[in-house]
Amino acid sequence: MNSLGLEAVEKSFPLLLHGALVTIEVTAMALVLGALAGLLGGLARVSPLAPLRGLAAAYVSVIRGTPFIVQLFFVYYAFPQLGLQVPPMVAAVGCLAVYSGAYQTEIVRGAIESIERGQVEAARSLGLSAGQAMRYVVLPQAFLRMLPPLGNEFVALTKNSALVSLVTVQELLLSAQLIISATFQNFAVYLTIGVMYYIITSVVSTGTQLLERRLKVYV
Amino acid sequence: MTDDRNGTPIIEARGLRKSFGPHEVLKGVDLSVARGEVLAIIGPSGSGKSTLLRCLNLLEQPTAGEVWFEGTRINNPGVDVNRVRTRMGMVFQLFNLFPHLTVVNNVTLAQEKVLHISRREAEERARALLAKVGLAAKEHAYPNSLSGGQKQRVAIARALALRPAVMLFDEPTSALDPEMVQEVLAAMDELAQEGMTMAVVTHEMGFARRAADRIVFVDEGRIVAEAPPERFFSAPESERVRQFLEKIPT
Repeated sequence: MNSLGLEAVEKSFPLLLHGALVTIEVTAMALVLGALAGLLGGLARVSPLAPLRGLAAAYVSVIRGTPFIVQLFFVYYAFPQLGLQVPPMVAAVGCLAVYSGAYQTEIVRGAIESIERGQVEAARSLGLSAGQAMRYVVLPQAFLRMLPPLGNEFVALTKNSALVSLVTVQELLLSAQLIISATFQNFAVYLTIGVMYYIITSVVSTGTQLLERRLKVYV
Repeated sequence: MTDDRNGTPIIEARGLRKSFGPHEVLKGVDLSVARGEVLAIIGPSGSGKSTLLRCLNLLEQPTAGEVWFEGTRINNPGVDVNRVRTRMGMVFQLFNLFPHLTVVNNVTLAQEKVLHISRREAEERARALLAKVGLAAKEHAYPNSLSGGQKQRVAIARALALRPAVMLFDEPTSALDPEMVQEVLAAMDELAQEGMTMAVVTHEMGFARRAADRIVFVDEGRIVAEAPPERFFSAPESERVRQFLEKIPT
């Protein structure tokens, strides 16, 4: 009996590494854009303006209430019917960011609402505007409380990035499938990319933990 | 009715009403504080005295009535409330220090962000005020490492940093362990002696007696008695005040 396919992994390793880089690239871009969406969404959720609150609530409700894969296919396959051809990479990063942003919106909102009312009152009593109170008093404290759930969300985002292989973005999973279709070495290749995903998500979660520890000085 | 030592009052409330939903907490209050006066506001829990104080700097928006400050009606749409609030310091029962900022940065934040004072100047002022309240050594500490009494003294320094014309105190010693009450009251005594205008909601009858120029007694959303401390304690004019004073140590 042949080995479990280690030589196939060895030979195609550069291809897998390239796939891993694309996964990291897609995830990193979606993470930054998703965090931005989450911050804006979270602020909108606690805004005094009702239409803004409603808009953010609708965003969260629709995005969380439908499968990611449907959203992705909708953008990639349905938009062209409207004459809008979306490049795979753009669809991938955009959909991941919008999807993750909905969850991050709720994380940001929850953290903001968890800051004691007295903090805003003290800030306002010193003449800070509502915006300044948010920026200098509430958000810095809320950020620390966001970090643990954000860490989870970043890990989830990293794993969800495998789904963009379905719109021809040649990231880690699709690279693996291409290698398997040529070598039939399912075991070794899937095991390898499993390990690679685990390394990537470990870096992400360790990173947020370190950041949390560094910011925790005042607690 | 007003202690008019210096002409017009610096703060005046007229016909103040405040409701939370169906519950009316203030039922038409007239109150004024003269420049340099120390006013103690006392009364049973839930009487509306804290709400009254919080209406003065518009942390609570009055449902009806007028609040005047330094000759301007401030519960008016056109008024820059943030500017007004820099002229009124407030000290809270639960301190409300900013836990993510060091002690010195608690005192510099509003100086820099609201009054646009330079970092250096703001820090200098913060250090002077911290020294004044006996906390010069704590400037780089975070609030959570301080005792309650120390926190409240930092809060006083933070409010004084903007050079307010009036200081509002909302039960500043109610959340403190007994042995820490005195250090906070001492800081307030000193302020009073320096001539700071103060409105103090308090249960500390000793402080009211020695530091206040005038005492108002609030009950069920109304001011039901008002007198200088001597007369207030020795010859209470109202039966309600008599009952209240019988129940608390003075």
